[in-house]
Amino acid sequence: MRKLYSIGLIRGLLWQILGTALGIGILTGIRLIIGLPAWKAESAAVFGALLGSLFFVYGIGAVDDWIKVAAGNEVHEGDESAWGRMRYFGVSLDHKVIGIQYLVLSLVLMVVGGSFALIFRAELANTGLQFLTLMEYNTLMSLHGMVMIVGILVGVAAFMNYLVPMMLGARDMAFPRLNAFSFWLAVPASLILLSSMALGGFDTGWTGYPPLSARAPVGVQMFFLGVSLAGMGTILSSLNVIATAMRLRATGMTGFRLPIFVWGSLATSLISLTATQLIGLSFQMVMFQRLFGMGFFDPAKGGNPILFQHLFWFYSHPAVYVFVLPGLGIISELLPVFARKPLYGYKWVAISSFAIALIGFLVWGHHMFASGMAEYLRVPFMYSTLLVAVPTGVKFFSWLGTLWRGKIVFPVPMLFALAGIVVFLLGGLTGPPNATVATDLHLTDTYFITGHFHDTMFGGYVFPFFAAIYFWFPKMTGRRMNETLGKVHFWLMAPAFIVFSTIMMRTGLLGMRRRIADYDSTLNVTQDHVVMTVAGFLVALGILVFIINAFWSMRKGEVATGNIWNSRSPEWQVSSPMPIHNYDVPFEVVGEPYDYGLPGSVYVKFKEQE
Amino acid sequence: MKRYVIIFVLVIVCSFFIHSWLISIGLFPLAASAQSVPIDQLFNVHLWIISALFSLIMVTLVYSLIVFRLRKGETGDGAHMTGNSTLEIAWTGIPLLAVLVLAFAGARTLGEIRVIDPSALQVKVTAGQWFWQYTYPEYGVASSDLYLPVSRQVDLQMTSTDVIHSFWVPEFRVKQDIVPGRTVELRLTPTLIGLYKVRCAELCGLRHAYMEGLVNVVSQTDFANWISQQQSAAPASPELRGELLASQYGCLNCHSTDGSIKTGPTWLRLSGSNVKLTDGSTVVADDDYLRTAIVSPNTQVVSGFVANVMPDFSTVLDQTMVESLVAYIKTLK
Repeated sequence: MRKLYSIGLIRGLLWQILGTALGIGILTGIRLIIGLPAWKAESAAVFGALLGSLFFVYGIGAVDDWIKVAAGNEVHEGDESAWGRMRYFGVSLDHKVIGIQYLVLSLVLMVVGGSFALIFRAELANTGLQFLTLMEYNTLMSLHGMVMIVGILVGVAAFMNYLVPMMLGARDMAFPRLNAFSFWLAVPASLILLSSMALGGFDTGWTGYPPLSARAPVGVQMFFLGVSLAGMGTILSSLNVIATAMRLRATGMTGFRLPIFVWGSLATSLISLTATQLIGLSFQMVMFQRLFGMGFFDPAKGGNPILFQHLFWFYSHPAVYVFVLPGLGIISELLPVFARKPLYGYKWVAISSFAIALIGFLVWGHHMFASGMAEYLRVPFMYSTLLVAVPTGVKFFSWLGTLWRGKIVFPVPMLFALAGIVVFLLGGLTGPPNATVATDLHLTDTYFITGHFHDTMFGGYVFPFFAAIYFWFPKMTGRRMNETLGKVHFWLMAPAFIVFSTIMMRTGLLGMRRRIADYDSTLNVTQDHVVMTVAGFLVALGILVFIINAFWSMRKGEVATGNIWNSRSPEWQVSSPMPIHNYDVPFEVVGEPYDYGLPGSVYVKFKEQE
Repeated sequence: MKRYVIIFVLVIVCSFFIHSWLISIGLFPLAASAQSVPIDQLFNVHLWIISALFSLIMVTLVYSLIVFRLRKGETGDGAHMTGNSTLEIAWTGIPLLAVLVLAFAGARTLGEIRVIDPSALQVKVTAGQWFWQYTYPEYGVASSDLYLPVSRQVDLQMTSTDVIHSFWVPEFRVKQDIVPGRTVELRLTPTLIGLYKVRCAELCGLRHAYMEGLVNVVSQTDFANWISQQQSAAPASPELRGELLASQYGCLNCHSTDGSIKTGPTWLRLSGSNVKLTDGSTVVADDDYLRTAIVSPNTQVVSGFVANVMPDFSTVLDQTMVESLVAYIKTLK
């Protein structure tokens, strides 16, 4: 029993249960004292969940050191070398452990969110309701969206945490305790988000527009609270990434000698740091509307439902770039390695990430062309949205320039990077029709948008994310993943996904609305839905192969401790897996990061070699 | 040089092939409004851009992957090319030009579909969970199906009783969200006689998928006939008018007339009965109670049901309509 309690995760969960119960008790007690009817499920659930999440981070020990400092005691970093595998189940300050914790949480969330999609995808294979009720469908569809988004945010944090300090030559992130705290906040946040299913679910979609979300079942409060907490973790973790990239670079690593992934991470973190507040704010305003009767978005009380959409999209559009910029960074990072050529137009690629981030802040209104916002606003938002095409185009052309006259090899990470390019191209090209107002009036809120969005997410995040796992798996474990199973994964997933998203867009053009549990048979899209369902399950099958491969390779994979990809990046110049504080000897940057093909040049030089 | 010629030719061929293929598979539903013409033209511009850019990037990509692959027995790295500023400026500048062209075309099309005809037919649209309801103020006619005369602009003045809905007939192309607490405008000109469906495009809760209604585009003569038919067919007695209103305004989605419990209390034997409220008190369901329940549904909430579910109908129904509904409910014994 004591042994079980010593596992951080278990301890945290027990404390969360305790905190939730206590929160419900306190709230009910207060209501009793001030003479209100004692039981109000909604307030009790919200306060309980909030207190539960605080108890979780306390129980697991993510704030122990801060409490000690506040009490005037000294804190020391514990020696984690003897913890072995248990490091992953409790509070570790090592950025590589936290990175892998994020990675596992991300995979778990995305498998859960993906399974929701499979359930309602099967439901949609035919018209009429097969085995779900309308409420079940709406809840699964809404949760699929938000669980996937949190999963992607967590996955982005995984790679930024794991790679950024390593690429910079730093011992760790700038604020290791804050880093651990950000991660451990995401765990109770995810649990709260999923708990909405037990509290009546919600039927608002991931956008949670009021007045619908103001009348939805109590589950919607768990959705708002979970996202707010996860958002808080994202803000803190992006702060950490920025501080690390600004302050902890190796000697000689000037701005234009940074690995390109760090540029992407910086752009992403700047967006997360400055925009996430807005989604938290908009969700909290609906929470307060429900809990305290504050009519922010209630027209009967002088509120404005469209205000919510402005606040929501001010984050949620840039958020899309939070998801894709690190992924595009990974593509730019891998192409030079496998084409054996410098990254073409490095400075342009680096700056294009910032251009995308900057323009991304000015385009949120394109989600609202049909919303009833002031009509003249549609025109400037159309212009700013079209501008996104320019820096995005620079990335594509630079990738082509990188491949041109290379000596290209095709191991599994390269296959996924290339699939990322193709799928992101499909997502990118289907963007402009949503930018010009007149055409968007036909497209908005249809499957065309859903298909376009899935293309950008898979191309900008999912495929590069798998590429990154296959690429850095040896760095994490000292073994490489099985190539054959990797190729099976690839060939199951990539063609099926392209078929899936393309057909999705086609049905949208024909009149298939998004977020509907059932569709009109006269639209003639039933065949298309069958194909989409089959394709969806093939994607899932591919991911199943990946999971089997990961577990198998962790134990039995071919040992790979050296620079198996023949990369110039510093983390590959030392043996895998990395020791706790990364490099035993510091390095100095003496060349360009991607000078493949230039005989005798190196990117980094370790000090002892002098 | 030979490489660039091959790629250039392939890109041109591919662009034309993809564009004509996209056109041939029939991407869009019927174009049945005047607005759909410029919109489809703009779509065609987009299709050309998509075909050309897709071909340019995919042809170059696939060509590179085949021609520049590492061949058996080869070793070493690729050519050391780090970039070319002229090329970078070109592929920043040319897309920027394309963006300007699209921006211009986009703004012009938006102008074309928003042309206002002062003699447009006025229709008031009320959307609610989960019904569509239309009134023709010029004629004093109400209907739950939308009847439109062909080749005449219609000015839809739309409002919602509860959450956000969205008016969309795919064949008309244009879409407009309907926001509670305000009136939004959508103008369109049907050009093809036929039967279409309006499909709510903004997630509006449980039965969103089924929030579809009929849209009947008829000739101008048929429209005039329909109007006069409606005017004369309007039921004379308040009870019958109430029965019609109950189905037109979606009351029956939540209130049954056969005693079964739906989202709201049943209307069967409601009038004159004793009703237990959530605050513990009991009231008699007299006419006043029924009126209050319609125009101010949260004042007296029936025990076993929750507040804020039923929309406030005070802005939607006038006094006569409320009285007709009350009269109808009283007939349900």
